[in-house]
Amino acid sequence: MKSLEDLEKKINSELTTKINNTEIKHNQIYIETDKEDIIDVAIFLKTNQDTKFRQLIDLTVVDYPEQNQRFEVVYLFLSHEFNQRLIVKYSIAENEVIPSLTSIFPSANWMEREVFDMYGVSFKDHPDLRRILTDYGFEGHPLRKDFPLTGHSEVRYSEDQKKVISEPVKLEQNYRNFDYESPWEGTKYIKEEIENNDKKN
Amino acid sequence: MTKKIKNLNLNFGPQHPAAHGVLRLILELDGEVVEKADPHIGLLHRGTEKLIENKTYMQAVPYFDRLDYVAPMNQEHAFALAVEKILKIDVPIRAQYIRVIFCEIGRILSHILNVTTQALDVGALTPSLWGFEERETLMTFYERASGSRLHANYFRAGGVHQDLPKGLEEDIAKFCETFPKIINDLESLLTDNRIFKQRNVDIGVVTKEDALDYSFSGVMIRGSGVPWDLRKSQPYDCYESLDFKIPVGKNGDCYDRYLCRIEEMKESVSIIKQCLAKMEKGPIKSLDGKISPPPKAEIKQSMEALIHHFKLFTEGYRVPKDEIYTAVEAPKGEFGVYLISDGSSKPYKCKIRAPGFSHLQSMDYLIKGHMLADVPAVLGSLDIVFGEVDR
Repeated sequence: MKSLEDLEKKINSELTTKINNTEIKHNQIYIETDKEDIIDVAIFLKTNQDTKFRQLIDLTVVDYPEQNQRFEVVYLFLSHEFNQRLIVKYSIAENEVIPSLTSIFPSANWMEREVFDMYGVSFKDHPDLRRILTDYGFEGHPLRKDFPLTGHSEVRYSEDQKKVISEPVKLEQNYRNFDYESPWEGTKYIKEEIENNDKKN
Repeated sequence: MTKKIKNLNLNFGPQHPAAHGVLRLILELDGEVVEKADPHIGLLHRGTEKLIENKTYMQAVPYFDRLDYVAPMNQEHAFALAVEKILKIDVPIRAQYIRVIFCEIGRILSHILNVTTQALDVGALTPSLWGFEERETLMTFYERASGSRLHANYFRAGGVHQDLPKGLEEDIAKFCETFPKIINDLESLLTDNRIFKQRNVDIGVVTKEDALDYSFSGVMIRGSGVPWDLRKSQPYDCYESLDFKIPVGKNGDCYDRYLCRIEEMKESVSIIKQCLAKMEKGPIKSLDGKISPPPKAEIKQSMEALIHHFKLFTEGYRVPKDEIYTAVEAPKGEFGVYLISDGSSKPYKCKIRAPGFSHLQSMDYLIKGHMLADVPAVLGSLDIVFGEVDR
């Protein structure tokens, strides 16, 4: 498809119920789908003559701890043929297992391992789901919003035991997260006063 | 009598000079033939994405230098572009030229390192000695513009940190005159070198289809004959107005990739020359005081400038709620930033798409059936830097 609008129409008409929402912004298409349909959507995008999204550029998860459906899974596709980018998303709850795309895109292998490592999301039918970036024997999922920035344990070489040991993090001073956020416009009560005045006028 | 034959498992790295960093590669060998390769990465994992979530947008820039540390400014470029697109700010034309010049310098830096160390891996010592001298000159340019040789922290959303010092443009122009000769010298050592060709031709062949399936980008996909370069296909900054060619390989082997890199260096020199010729005096960053800090002199005079300065360096600027994926053609391939902002002064999420990550994951596919001695050659032509693979 030449233009993004045509592509949007095409996707909506071909995949009808599998697509929940589409949107064009920043010269990219954003598509919302469901966990059950992702395989079908991916196959369609890859194989259809009018889309040809041959590359899975990246795969990631966004953590929204306050939501019921905690994780949002994001796939980034690229079509060389039509020079277009497409983003597919769906939300899942914690502990939900999602289908793996490794059979369609071999490059999904490590990307899914990374998501598993960083967020603890499991993939069904993944050939080799192991941790990838963190240390051997690491516990926890670092990119979750409830994982502290300083982590839970630190390693050091112990002179007594003559080996590298892992122990809980001890900080001389706790990590300080200053709250600098304040409205540029002025303090709150002044803002409210201005708004009230506006209403009166 | 029957003999039991067992495959040998060999640990390659993490401390191996040909591993180009901290790669632990577990190789299953049948005699000298590699049956299986299992790369263990993450030994340089620093949690860059987590750290960026806890910093303001301006504080996030230095982390990008530390990803692919042989071409730092190319990474900063991707992040700066992402933030600019969300904020919808324009970059002054001079800043665009400066950024492109330094991105191309980064490309040369990275390609020199890769070409010469690849030669080193297959037994040629001299190219690295010649190449590193040039790298030193280029890093001096980095230092003069940004204050540091490696971790530049120079690009900002809306432009660059400061203008080029006096005389730097002339010196870069001089370098552009002398450097092509060095490339030719390197080529005379390698391109027709019998040993170099024996070690690289028909090694690590990637077909077009597989290059697409494995999400290859940059030289890895161009070496296989796909003419794809983001500078041409999805131009950013002033690339549209520049005239340059995209070298494409034929066979998709290590040797073609080497040739692509050599040609790309020549193109980069031509791009830098064009930029220097077109560059005019002018502002080098967005003039919006809510995003770029004011000049020091102004702070002494203007109350507003002082407030802006204070707010920018404590709270930082706020970025409206949005999400975006932006990619640039880094020396190693498509380097992308998937940025989600939530309206505060810190990114909600910043996923970094590093080209090396998807290149390295194809190691098993590339090396299967090759000899053990080909491992360094293939690894060298993948152009892996662990700063970006492990993040």
